[in-house]
Amino acid sequence: MPEHTPGAILEATGLRKTFGDFTAVDDVSLTLTPGASLAVVGESGSGKTTTARMIAGLEQPTTGTILLAGRQPPGPRARTTERRRFAQHVQMVFQDPYTSLDRHQRIGDSITEVLALHTDLRGSARTARMTELLEQVGLNPQQAISRPRSLSGGQRQRAAIARALAVQPRLLVLDEAVAALDVSVQAQILTLLQDIRRQTQVAYLFITHDLGVVPHIADEIVVMRQGRVVDRGTTTEVLDRSQHPYTRALIDSVPRRGWKPRRRPATPT
Amino acid sequence: MSTYQIAALGRGSTRLGRLRGLIRGRCVLIVAGSVVAVTVLTAVFAPLIAPYDPNAVDPTAVYQPSSSAHWLGTDDAGRDILSRLLYGARSSLLAPALVTLTAGLVGTALAVSAAWLGGWYDRLVSALLDIVFGFPGLILAVVVAAMFGAGLTVAVVTLSVAYLPFIGRVVRSAALRERQLPYVSALRMLGVSGRRICLRHLTPNLLPLVLVQIATSYGYALLDVAAFSFIGLGVQPPTAEWGLMVANGSTGILAGRPEQSLYAGVVIVVFVIACNLLGGSLSQRLLGDNR
Repeated sequence: MPEHTPGAILEATGLRKTFGDFTAVDDVSLTLTPGASLAVVGESGSGKTTTARMIAGLEQPTTGTILLAGRQPPGPRARTTERRRFAQHVQMVFQDPYTSLDRHQRIGDSITEVLALHTDLRGSARTARMTELLEQVGLNPQQAISRPRSLSGGQRQRAAIARALAVQPRLLVLDEAVAALDVSVQAQILTLLQDIRRQTQVAYLFITHDLGVVPHIADEIVVMRQGRVVDRGTTTEVLDRSQHPYTRALIDSVPRRGWKPRRRPATPT
Repeated sequence: MSTYQIAALGRGSTRLGRLRGLIRGRCVLIVAGSVVAVTVLTAVFAPLIAPYDPNAVDPTAVYQPSSSAHWLGTDDAGRDILSRLLYGARSSLLAPALVTLTAGLVGTALAVSAAWLGGWYDRLVSALLDIVFGFPGLILAVVVAAMFGAGLTVAVVTLSVAYLPFIGRVVRSAALRERQLPYVSALRMLGVSGRRICLRHLTPNLLPLVLVQIATSYGYALLDVAAFSFIGLGVQPPTAEWGLMVANGSTGILAGRPEQSLYAGVVIVVFVIACNLLGGSLSQRLLGDNR
């Protein structure tokens, strides 16, 4: 059993994940305290989503350890009761709001199903809590009877966040959670996430390829490339003062006024 | 006519316009669905609409041609062919319905559980479905009938097993795709049990596909049940059944009286075509399948 740092909600040490001969994640270590927000940035194939999925318990690390509030995540064959207990430590919001909700289930039912599993609330008290969660994420309580197909992408992502919050998790993994949304909706969701963090002290592990959204959500940044952490620090340190060439290349590739994209040299394999 | 009225006509707000809008693009569905619905209603209300007892033998009226007394004539025992066709719809439709519903229910249960559990169980189910798939249903039915005797029950049970792969294999591959979707990962992370995910989430989402597979298989099952009766291993005489009527009428063909085989054959062909068209149309509507 690895040693637990008191107060840490997430301690991932020396994570490595291989798929056959391919190493997706190599020696990644992350730590998060309650209420903190860490962004993991990198280009496609840098291993950030695999890292997130390992922390969420959806993938097993080949080597390395993960502790969530001092407990190891359940394995793939874990019993339902064990997974249910683990659910209160970490939840995940997925990139695609169109497939992260059951298309035949009403939004309200998807939340009350979770409340039935994780709380003692019954009847009207459960409905009241469901309404409260919908309002917390900026959805109209009347939308509880809507199916996902009648909601916009932003509304679906809000519903997915409400469902995750129903468990009152201590860590929320947001895997490219605003990438599929248009810019104005992205801003709304980022503001919503800031408000929720302030209200609930939930910690965020924010996975993104878009450095433009990071200052709005994260206190710290980890930069990944080819499965390894190549740079890390506070958001200000990394975005304003990093000297790492890959971080600089990522920052320079963010579109802005007068921006002229440059082709990056091919990555040596 | 005001601009508003013209615009309203364009939107099809008149009764005729609404009807046209409803029919447009749904012709096949409506025609095939009507044929199936009328046939099912015929089977249900056969005792009310059949002019004669289907098994009433009349030695004085053997091989009567079409007349006002017997619209489709009589068979070699003087039985009214129309009444036998109407009553025959009951066993002819019920048996394939039992076959496809049983295969649909068991096939879906096997497919979803195999896709969910994976591992050795998935390999075992896949191998069993492949073995059954490689075995012609009728041959299987003949072997089972030789062991347990002929009859509709044997035909239904054997054909249900033979039709398992047609539904099971398709549903399994769809279930494998479905379980990779993020909502399933989200449900697992939320601590929802595997059984609940399969029953309350995966299966309802696969239901349109199962319904399409059942509708498409139904016509083929009807043909197989009819063929089974044709070779004397399914429904036993004197029960009225379309496949059996085709077989019984074969002696009449040589005597220049092909009506019984002909009418029963036409009814089978029309109904099977309607089932297949209905299945294809449902596939387009429910699954967006434009093949």
